[in-house]
Amino acid sequence: MNIFVLLKQTFDTEERIVIQNGEISDDGVKYVINPYDEYAVEEALLQRDQHGGTVTVVGVGPERTAEALRTALAMGADEAVLIGNDGLESDEYTVSRLLAAYLEKQSVDLILGGNFSVDSGGGQVAVRLAELLGLPHTSSVTKLAIDGQKAAVERDAEGDTETLEVALPAVFTAQQGLNDPRYPSLPGIMKAKKKPFHHIAPAELGITDEAAAKTKRVSLSLPPQRQAGRILQGDYAQQAAELVNLLRTEAKLI
Amino acid sequence: MGKTYIVVAEVRGGSLRQVSLEALQAVSAAKQEGDDVASVLIGSQITTLASELANYVEGHVFSVDHPDLEIYNPESYLDVMKTVFERAKPDAVVLGHTALGRDLAPAIAAHLGAGQISDVTAIEKNGDDVLFTRPIYAGKAFEQRQFTGGPQVVTIRPNNFSPAAPASSPAEIVELDYAPSGSLRSIVKDIVRKTSGKVDLTEAKIVVSGGRGVKSAEGFKPLEELAEVLHGAVGASRAACDAGYCDYSMQIGQTGKVVTPEIYIACGISGAIQHLAGMSQSRIIIAINKDPEAPIFKIADYGIVGDLFEVVPLLTQEFRKVLV
Repeated sequence: MNIFVLLKQTFDTEERIVIQNGEISDDGVKYVINPYDEYAVEEALLQRDQHGGTVTVVGVGPERTAEALRTALAMGADEAVLIGNDGLESDEYTVSRLLAAYLEKQSVDLILGGNFSVDSGGGQVAVRLAELLGLPHTSSVTKLAIDGQKAAVERDAEGDTETLEVALPAVFTAQQGLNDPRYPSLPGIMKAKKKPFHHIAPAELGITDEAAAKTKRVSLSLPPQRQAGRILQGDYAQQAAELVNLLRTEAKLI
Repeated sequence: MGKTYIVVAEVRGGSLRQVSLEALQAVSAAKQEGDDVASVLIGSQITTLASELANYVEGHVFSVDHPDLEIYNPESYLDVMKTVFERAKPDAVVLGHTALGRDLAPAIAAHLGAGQISDVTAIEKNGDDVLFTRPIYAGKAFEQRQFTGGPQVVTIRPNNFSPAAPASSPAEIVELDYAPSGSLRSIVKDIVRKTSGKVDLTEAKIVVSGGRGVKSAEGFKPLEELAEVLHGAVGASRAACDAGYCDYSMQIGQTGKVVTPEIYIACGISGAIQHLAGMSQSRIIIAINKDPEAPIFKIADYGIVGDLFEVVPLLTQEFRKVLV
C-alpha cells in the first residue's frame, strides 16, 4: 500500500503568542509536528505494518519544516518530501494545489492528514486535496480498518459517531482518539538520517504564481488580556450562594 | 451587477440550526447594496423547515429534499451544491463552521477554485473591502483576512453573530431535484447519537468543564447535573481526556474545541496554556480548584478555592433555587 501523510510543522501548543512588528514572533519558539498530523503519521505506520507498503510524509513550507519531517521518519516513516513554497504567496488554496500537483503523479492508495492545524486552524487542505485529486474523503476519523480496497471508518461529528464504508484510494483526516502516537526511538532517529528525503520546488511541479493565495492577512492582534477577578470567601455554601447572586446582579447572566 | 451570496443552511435534530441564521446575518454584514442572497437547505422531509428558513432570506431558498439526503455525505451534498451552482452562480458561499460546514466548505472551495476564510468571528467593511476576523492558534491571537480575488467561501463560528432578523417578505422556495448517483464511494452505515437531547458544546451558552481534578469518569456526574440545571454542556481539559475520564469529543483547548459561552465553569482545571486558548474568550469565567495558585484563577472572573466535589453540588442546589 502506498500511504502518504500530509504534515505541517506548528508551534508547540504550550507556546504563548507574541506579536512583533506586525508579525508573529518565532523567537525561541519550539516547533512540533502539528498534533493532529502526528495521529496521521502513527496511523500510517500502523496500517503499513499491518498491510505492507511504504509511508511517505509530505510537507509544504519553509526549510525548517524538514525537522518535523525528520521526526516522522524517526517515528518510522520511509520517505519524506518537502515542497518549498518560499516566494509563493500561500494560503490553503496554494498548499492544496502544490500537494495535488505532487500527488497526482504518484500511485496513491491512502492519504492521511490531520483534522486541522493548531496554528492557522482552517481545516481546509486535506479536503481540498481530495476534491482536486477526485478522491473520496472522510474527515475527523477516530477509527480506520482497511480490508482490501475498502475502509471501515468511524468519524466524530460533533460528538456523534458515524460509521462509514469508503472505497480506496481515499483521504482521511485524523481526530484525537484515533491512536496513541509513538515517540521516535533512538535507533529510529539514527535510521532516519539515511532515509530518502526529497526537496521539490513549486516550479518542478508546474506550479507558478497562478496558484498564489486567494486570501491575505491584513492585520494581526492579541485578544484583550483577562484580569484576575475575585476569589470568593466564606464556607462553601456561602460561596455558592454568593456566586449565583453575583451572576444575577453583577454579570446579569442568570 | 451585484454579487450572489449563497448560505448553506443546516438541519440538525429536525430543526434549523441557529448558526444558519447567524450565517445569514454575517452575509448582511458583508454584502453591498444590490447583492443577492440565496439559501440552500438540504435534507429529507424539510418542507416546513424550508418555509421557516424562507422567512429570513430576501432572495431564494433552494430546497433539496430527498430521503437519501437525510444524513450528510460529502459526495452527495457536494453534488447537490453543484446543481445549485448551475442555477445560481455564486460569488460567495457561506456556511456554519460546524461538523458539516468544516467538511463541505473546503470541497466547495476546491470545486470553485475559490479562496476560503474559515471560522470567522466578525466581519467589517472598509470601503469596498470586506475584512474577516478569525482566531488563530485557537484564539491566542486574531487575524483579519480579506479575499484577493475569485469566488469566496466563508465559514462562520457559532455564537458570534446575532441571528438574522426576519426578511421584509419571505423568499421564494425553489425545489430542486436530486438524483442519487448510485456510485457514491463513501456510504454512511450507521450513526450513534451520543449527543441527542444534549446541548452542543460549541453552541452552548453555559459550559461546565472538568479537568484532572475530576479524577474519574464517575467524577463527571456532579458536573453533568450542574450543566443540566443550567441547560449547558459539559466539556473537559486535555488532561481529563488523556486520562480516559471522558470522550475526546468533549475536549476544549488548542487541540480540541474552542468555546465562547456566556459562562464557563472550570472545575478542577489548572489552566494550561493550551486549555486557556480554547476558552478564554468566554464572557464570564468561574474557576473551582483546590490549588489557590492554579493559573486558571489569573483569568477567572470569580474563583472558589475548594474541593469541586463539595462545591459543585452546592452550586447546582443554588442554581436550582433560582432557576426553577
